[in-house]
Formats: sequence, structure tokens, C-alpha cells
Amino acid sequence: MFALVGAAEAASTLDLLRLAPPGWGAGLLWGLWNSVMISLGAFGLGLVLGTGGAFGKLYGGPVLRDLLAVYTTVVRAVPELVLILILYYAVTDAVNQILLSFGYARIQISGLAAGIAVLGVVQGAYATEVLRGAIQAVPAGQIEAARAMGMSPGLLARRVTLPLMLSNALPGLGNLWLIATKDTALLAVVGFAELTQATRQAAGATKAYFTFFMAAGLLYLILSIGSGWLFAMAERRARRGQPEVRG
Amino acid sequence: MTVTADNARQSSQVLRPEAIHVEGLRKSFGTLEVLKGVSLTAREGDVVAIIGGSGSGKSTMLRCINFLEQPSAGRIVIGGEAVAMRADGAPADRRQIERLRQSLGMVFQQFNLWSHRTILENLIEVPVHVLGVKRADAEARARRLLERVGLAAKADAYPAFLSGGQQQRAAIARALCMEPRAMLFDEPTSALDPELVGEVLAVIRDLAAEGRTMILVTHEMKFAREVASHVIYLHNGVIEEEGPPEALFGAPQSERLKQFLRSVG
Repeated sequence: MFALVGAAEAASTLDLLRLAPPGWGAGLLWGLWNSVMISLGAFGLGLVLGTGGAFGKLYGGPVLRDLLAVYTTVVRAVPELVLILILYYAVTDAVNQILLSFGYARIQISGLAAGIAVLGVVQGAYATEVLRGAIQAVPAGQIEAARAMGMSPGLLARRVTLPLMLSNALPGLGNLWLIATKDTALLAVVGFAELTQATRQAAGATKAYFTFFMAAGLLYLILSIGSGWLFAMAERRARRGQPEVRG
Repeated sequence: MTVTADNARQSSQVLRPEAIHVEGLRKSFGTLEVLKGVSLTAREGDVVAIIGGSGSGKSTMLRCINFLEQPSAGRIVIGGEAVAMRADGAPADRRQIERLRQSLGMVFQQFNLWSHRTILENLIEVPVHVLGVKRADAEARARRLLERVGLAAKADAYPAFLSGGQQQRAAIARALCMEPRAMLFDEPTSALDPELVGEVLAVIRDLAAEGRTMILVTHEMKFAREVASHVIYLHNGVIEEEGPPEALFGAPQSERLKQFLRSVG
């Protein structure tokens, strides 16, 4: 009797995950899609900032180096959640104040753009350090050989330093990517409809907390396993030409 | 008629153009002055060997020629073109340095092949991406050079899978692939196991025989004596003695050089 009721209930909670209404599955997948988009954007922005930051820290002038030190220190010291609140509310507000004072109308910054900007700035600070270490681990002689043959600094970075440092950087960058996917959950606090926010809504409306949070956990797991696989492939490619090291 | 042609050839040999000319070169690291005003001239086809004990400044002198080290003072002329230098010795024009470097093929003690590229890719990298040679042409040239240094079978291997001697021969081929005006060798056999030295020296000997201009920093005295047209003995940052190899090795004048030759011989 109890078993029957239990089975019926289980079937009905799993029904809640169906894609078509009254199932909430489509909402969850939409949330996942948003999370992946923000992660990709933030990770990409972080890579750009990090590459610039790493080269700036290694080869820049004293002023640039100091500015970068402030950036990486502050951003890495303050919790992401606080940064998100500061950047989302305070920066939006500041932008609007400036716009108003010049006589322009207020703007509404989209959650997606704000999310990418905020998490990208955070990612950039960590990526700066990951890439700086990776560049320093490139054998100096190979960079010197490129200089000795008349490569310009830009070409040298693109053809020699960056590809060589990639094998050193990828494990660290893989970590940063996973952190980016999970940091998207923090954007729930500013009401952005990423996976965690979508899950909370679905769970709150149906009271099926266990089902929805397990489903969300599973989606995060699939995302991280899939990206782990991609990073392993990228690392194999970056390590071409290096003999395998076995312990 | 014949006589005139002979004369012409002789006089043209005497006046072979200068490939590399260095004058009053000084270099300090902090307060330590490692080069105290050294000069050198390599005309086209010359093989200049620089010898000397460790710390004599011989590698620094070579590295100043293509500005891998920045001289503190002096004058450097490559193929008749003087390098524009500021008062402190810093190059005034980065693009000029880059252009002149493209005419000097450098071979390092530690080979310094790019580990993420195959041997063939190492050879065509600069011709294709810096000099603007067509890929097919660069590959054809690279394969000919690999053939010549005995590495045709290794074209698609990565450097880490080659022996030291093979890597150094590949590095020489990489430098040749730029079709340089002159070659600079910085102790090319010092990092090699003794049994691998011979194969690399054979390649360099072959280049000397075809009349390539070379400046060679080396510890291999027998080799220097055999291939060099001019030998410079450097001691504590000054040229202690220089001249044709027979004179320098056969009848050294200075006490220091005699001592040096005894210690390495």
C-alpha cells in the first residue's frame, strides 16, 4: 500500500521534470543554457584580461605593473558575491548617474551582459596569475631563439610564447572554467535566471526540493564532466612534442 | 686577358665586403665590465673563431653582435649597415635590429629548438612567418637542408625525440633555412655527449668549406685550428692575441695564451 503510494509520488515528482508544462524541465534547461553562456563569456573575457594582465605584469612598465597588482590583489581578496553586488548595483548606478549628469536617459543593463562583465573581471584576476606562472615556465632559450631570428614581439608571443605556455596553463585554466560555471549560481542574488535561480523557482512552486536540486546537481555534473573531457583533449594537443612523464 | 681576370679575382678577394664589423665593443653587467673594448672584422667567407677561458667574455661578445645582449658602448656594422645605437648602447630602432637579426643565423649551445613544432616546422617557421617565403618553397628548402645534415627521416619528429647531436644539426639547418648572410655559433658542441660532437662538427666543417661566413665561439681547439681563417683569443674582456690559426696555435706570443693552450690541450 505504502509502496504503491510512494511509487505514484515518485512518478509524479519525476513528471515535474518533463520539458512540456506542467513539467519544469524546459525552465531548468533554459537556466543551464544561460549558465553556460555566462560561463563562456566570463571565461573568454577572463582569458583576454588574464593574457593582457600576465604580459603586463611580466613586461610592462612600473605603473602598469602596480595597477595590475592592485587589480589582482583586490579582486582576489573580496568574495565574489560581494563583488557581484558591488559591480551589479553600484556600477550600474554610477553609470546611470554619469549618463544623467550628461543629460542622457537611464539605461537598463541586461543581466547577461552584467553577469559576464562581473564574472569576467573576477576570472581575469585569477587568469592573470595562472598565465603569468605559465609564461615564466616557458624555456627562456626557445624565446631567445625566436628573438635571435628577428621575430617581432607580437609574432613571438603568438607563435612561440603563447602556444608553449598553454600546456603549463591548461590545468589551471580548467579549474578556472569550472569555477566560472559554478560562480554563475551567484548571479541568482541579482535575479538572473541561470540554472540555480531556475531550480529555486521550480522547487519553490512545486515543493519538490529534492527532485529539482538533485536534477540541477546532475546538470552541473554533466557540464563539468563534459568540459573536463574537452580540457583533457586540449591539453593533449598542447602537450604535443613533449615526452610523457610517468611517475 | 687571363692575367687581368686573375688579378681581378685576387683584388676582389682582398676587398671582399665586410659581413660583420665590430669596433670598440664594451659590455658591463652592473659594475662588472666583461668586455673592455673589443673589435672584430669578418669579411664574407671568413671563419672567425673566438676562444678563451670561461668568463673571458667570448659568448657575450658573440651575443652582442645580434643584440641578444645589449652592448654598453661600441659600433656594430652588419653587411655595411651600422646598427643605430643610443648613447647607452641600447638599440635605437627595434625594427632595424629585427631585420639585421634575420640575416644572422644563430646556433645556441642548448639548441633551443621550439618543442611544440616538428623539425620541419622549426625550419620553416621564420622563413614563412617572418621572411614571407611561400610555404611550399620554404618546405622544399627545409627538406633539402635536412637531407644535407642527415635528418631527412626526422622531418616530422618533435625535437624532444632526437638526440642532442641530431637536435643541434636540426638547429643549424633551421638557421640556414633563413639563408643568412653569416652564421653565429655559440659553443655549439659544449652541451653534447662526447660521442655526438663529431657529427655536429662535420656539419660546421662542411659549411666552412662552402665559404660561409661564420663566427664561432668554441672550446674545440683542434677544430678551430682546422676551420678558422682567423682566431681571436679573449682574456678578461680584452683581445689578448689574434691572428691566423697557424700563428696563434703554432707560435703563441703571449704568456696567457700559451698557458691557456696548455691547459686545454
